[in-house]
Amino acid sequence: MMKFFKKIYFYLILLFLYAPILTLVVFSFNEAKSRGKWGGFSLRWYKELFQNAEIMDALLSTVLVALLAALISTVIGTISALALHKSGTFFRKTMINLTYLPMMNSDIVTGVSLMLLFSFLHFELGFVTLLLSHITFCIPYVILSVMPKLYGLNPSVYEAALDLGASPLQAYRKIVLPDILPGIISGFLISITLSIDDFVISFFNTGNGVKNISILVYTSKTGVKPENYALSSIMFGAVLILLLIINIKEKKKATEGNY
Amino acid sequence: MKKNNLLRAVALFPFLIWIILLIVVPVILIAYYGLTNADGVFSLDNFRQFFQPNYLRVFGRSLYLALLATVICLLVGYPIAMILAGNTFKRKTLLVVLLIAPMWMNFLLRTYAWLTLLEGNGVFNTILQSLGLPKQAFLGNVNAVVFGMVYNFLPYMIFPIYTSISKIPKNIIEAAKDLGGGNVICFFRIILPLSVPGILSGVTMVFVPGVTTFVISQFLGSGKITLIGDIIEQQFMHAGNWGFGAAISIIVMIAVVLCMWLVNRFSDDSEVIMP
Repeated sequence: MMKFFKKIYFYLILLFLYAPILTLVVFSFNEAKSRGKWGGFSLRWYKELFQNAEIMDALLSTVLVALLAALISTVIGTISALALHKSGTFFRKTMINLTYLPMMNSDIVTGVSLMLLFSFLHFELGFVTLLLSHITFCIPYVILSVMPKLYGLNPSVYEAALDLGASPLQAYRKIVLPDILPGIISGFLISITLSIDDFVISFFNTGNGVKNISILVYTSKTGVKPENYALSSIMFGAVLILLLIINIKEKKKATEGNY
Repeated sequence: MKKNNLLRAVALFPFLIWIILLIVVPVILIAYYGLTNADGVFSLDNFRQFFQPNYLRVFGRSLYLALLATVICLLVGYPIAMILAGNTFKRKTLLVVLLIAPMWMNFLLRTYAWLTLLEGNGVFNTILQSLGLPKQAFLGNVNAVVFGMVYNFLPYMIFPIYTSISKIPKNIIEAAKDLGGGNVICFFRIILPLSVPGILSGVTMVFVPGVTTFVISQFLGSGKITLIGDIIEQQFMHAGNWGFGAAISIIVMIAVVLCMWLVNRFSDDSEVIMP
């Protein structure tokens, strides 16, 4: 009986979390332009989506910034984690505490502080500042996901590689890197997610007409175009399928017993 | 050995540039703008301006509404975390995926979608009318803002708690039951105390963005509910009074650091769990 109530409660919360998403998906198939009124089923907005230059530009910026920011922060974050791991305790602790700063600060403070920096340096706000701001808030998450993997390493294996004649770089590439790869990959994926979802920091650090999806939605808040519903439905569908595939794969791995 | 040190220095170079130029200098700049007046001379005018009843009221409201949202998230989210960690469901990983997935949907679009559901001629009011019930004004009040915060930040409460409950060794709970502890005792004396680290990191992950949001207050509060985030945004984007905006940012920063410090006093291994 208790189990039944637990399940009901869980499904109610799921419904709560999915209510607006279902709304968006349903209205993406709505023939009528006004939200809230049903004008019959149609794929009109999916067609118009691909002809809407503004949305396509925003989508391109979003994807480009996410990929570049994730790539650059993964490289810098991983190298930094490796170097910090080998540093003295005091230096390492101080640096890691500083690394936490943008994670602890609220987004608005990080966004505003970067905007002040760019204006101080007379950088014109645009694609480059947007990218730099995203790299800034992604690096800590990469370091944070790589660091624990480094602590979990068995140092003897690395030393054995050196004893057997590998150079430090070779030993890193062949021994350390494969072991910390899961951490690097999860850092990369977290960065992509954060970048795509960010609004507040982007809002303060973009200009010159460069918009990502979040900013496009914000600036058109008085009337978000139905094309946006279609876009978000497609994006959500893609993410859901991706997550389910990962889930199934992990399950297979777990049943096969090789982690 | 020398070569190793050189290698490390080269490896740390981008990191140091990042941490100094993009983390430390911007914070110093905020302090600089907040503590100087328009002529670039040291002054506390910006802070003095903040400590006026109307701004303090906005700050108090932000803290209060964020706290309210945090408490609701905790009360709603804790049972979910427990259900997820327990054995109610067989396919737990699938459910975790289902709980995370909404967070991949753009935050603004999700919030915007609630407008479609809750506005004057929205879906809920259409349903109410067809049932012969009067229309409700769901939006433009504090309830709507708190609702928006709970909706957007609930997963941030659920996952840290879920992680810490999952970490509790099953034999401790079994031992408590063997020794005659009922479900209630077991919860209050074993599960709840051992999940404190998760609760604390959940609380900060809901409270901090809640205090500083300006999107939720503008979308769901219809611009009628002003929060401290709105003031910062106005100062930087519309009023052009960067000094005042920077001063408020410093105050928000100090408030957040104080919260984190309080949280860290309660737990040594507070952890941040991201989607």
